Amino acid sequence: MDSAAIALLIAATLNAGTVLAIAALGLLINERAGIVNLGAEGLMLVAAVAGFATAVHSGSDLLAFAAGAAAGAVLAAAFGVLVIWLNTNQYASGLALSLFGAGLSAFVGVRYTQEKLGPRAHYEIPGLADLPFIGPALFKHHPMVYVALALTVALSWFLYRSRAGLVLRAVGESPESAHALGYPVRRLRLLAVVAGGALCGLAGAYLSVIYTPLWVEGLVAGKGWIALALTTFATWRPARVLLGAYLFGGVTMLQFHLQGQGVQIPSQLLTALPYLATVVVLVLISRNPTWIRINMPASLGKPFHPGS
Amino acid sequence: MTDQKKRSLLKLASFASLVATAALVGCGKKEEPAATTPTAEPASGPAAAAEPLKIAFAYVGPVGDAGWTFAHDRARKELEAEFGNKIATSYVENVPEAADAERVIRDMVGQGNKLVFGTTFGYMEPMLKVAADHKDVKFEHATGYKTADNLRTYDARTYEGAYMAGVIAGKVTKTNTLGVVASIPIPEVIRNINSFTLGAQSVNPQIKTRVVWVNKWFDPPKEGEAAQSLINQGADVLMQNTDSSAVLQTAEKAGKFGFGWDSDMSSFGPNAHLGSAIINWGPYYKKVVNEVLNNSWQTQATWWGVKEGAIDLVSVSDKVPADAREAVEKVKAGLKDGSFSIWKGPIADQSGKEVLAQGAVADDKFLHGINWYVKGVEGKLPSAK
Repeated sequence: MDSAAIALLIAATLNAGTVLAIAALGLLINERAGIVNLGAEGLMLVAAVAGFATAVHSGSDLLAFAAGAAAGAVLAAAFGVLVIWLNTNQYASGLALSLFGAGLSAFVGVRYTQEKLGPRAHYEIPGLADLPFIGPALFKHHPMVYVALALTVALSWFLYRSRAGLVLRAVGESPESAHALGYPVRRLRLLAVVAGGALCGLAGAYLSVIYTPLWVEGLVAGKGWIALALTTFATWRPARVLLGAYLFGGVTMLQFHLQGQGVQIPSQLLTALPYLATVVVLVLISRNPTWIRINMPASLGKPFHPGS
Repeated sequence: MTDQKKRSLLKLASFASLVATAALVGCGKKEEPAATTPTAEPASGPAAAAEPLKIAFAYVGPVGDAGWTFAHDRARKELEAEFGNKIATSYVENVPEAADAERVIRDMVGQGNKLVFGTTFGYMEPMLKVAADHKDVKFEHATGYKTADNLRTYDARTYEGAYMAGVIAGKVTKTNTLGVVASIPIPEVIRNINSFTLGAQSVNPQIKTRVVWVNKWFDPPKEGEAAQSLINQGADVLMQNTDSSAVLQTAEKAGKFGFGWDSDMSSFGPNAHLGSAIINWGPYYKKVVNEVLNNSWQTQATWWGVKEGAIDLVSVSDKVPADAREAVEKVKAGLKDGSFSIWKGPIADQSGKEVLAQGAVADDKFLHGINWYVKGVEGKLPSAK
């Protein structure tokens, strides 16, 4: 492989990782507050169709992203009310949301399989894009690729350097203590779920408007599940989530490149890789208690009843 | 009611309703009610008074507006237009190639359909099973190779479309590297990759074809990623044997060229689109319905191509040079009158071994068994399942 091909492979990897990164960062916020949302796939599907439809009618990508994020936020809010106030089982509700999202998006999306988006704009950062190797690899991307980077930095700062982040983590670690200190645990959890849903929605809209600019049933094709696996794989750290997303994006792209070069790896194995890696990380975590103490939200998946 | 009780009741009710909605919409197989077109003609004679022939179609993907399933559904609509109230058609989309297929097809028979079309290779075993249980129903299976007394197969020579696309690709490419996004490594798909390459080599001996397998018929993001990786590896004209327009759209985005497959996809990539290799199932479907209506239906295997009007290359772009258009027209005419064969020796496989001697013409058995690449295709063939 020559250096130009490597630069293009890096570019394709960043592209492929961006959808996963944005969705997984959203889920990370969720899980840091103690809520597991297995509905990510459904959220992303509904947001993808909402974003695509908005892009078709308005012609504006920005509006489409907003619509996707809003759709994700609304669905996540419904899920949040169910699990936080009505104390339904988080896992069962999440799975139901996933099925519901798949069905709803297919139903709403039927007429949009006929639609096409206009030609997509090309982006490059003036000056930097002309650099040899680095230019084509890093500086010719849709702005959303950089948004994912910025989000990671912002989220790291928020979680570890800001007071609000400390409160959010407290809500996920020990809701009872947070409650005793006078924090509105349930409202904060809902806020985290809505924020997470909005990011999943943004990822879905990016997928249907920019990454694969079309709508077909089942467009998300498991990316929501991979994002869920990623948060665990990354042991709930934003920077590792981003790296993990690029890793899995890179594995997909590398597989295609290797095929073109005549090297064969069973693609089924690669599809299973994120989940296998997640299982390995879970095993490692459970063998090393300090990892759990440091990273895994202690109340993840557990309901909280104030005053009980 | 105590507060605690009320809460758990509410909980239960809301959860139940969410699950119920999910179940309702989640298994959203859309079944179009049998279209009963009212006709202006007054019913007369015993034939018109008879029950319409109920025909059901099982589709592997959504109908959408492009690709394999779309092409089948277009033919279904042609049937409705042609036969009016003599038939009643319905379809089920997104029927997976697994146990579900048998359930759906049994259900179609249960609903009184007397003619059932299964439109993907993976329905072969399920259809055989259902056919054995329902001798009074006629089954038509696309692209399979097993038949029964009441089950017959039909297919289109898609490789003829691939060859014509190859002729254009060979003339248009600047890098002499073509790319194919391939679905599942079965002879049909391998034959198309080879034919595309042979077509390109017929006008440009320098051609190399790179192939990337996605192991799916329909996964647009993955198809797009595969297309991008082919472009990154120097391919400037892409072809695909997958169902969506994602490959063409990726070519459009990257400023490269591509083709439509199974149906006319020109509107998905106005700049990238060089032509669409389409399948027209209409003539065959009309023949089938006629045979069932006049009781002359018999089991057989049908493989139609350009000659019968089942395959064509349409919407050829203005960007295609005139000599390439002429070459395609010549191929088309030759296929129509039988004077031209795509698979005519000498043809060598990837290793250079001659598989078809000088002057020898491949028969259908040979074509059905192709599980190797011709010379000029790069990479290794994954082992077929």
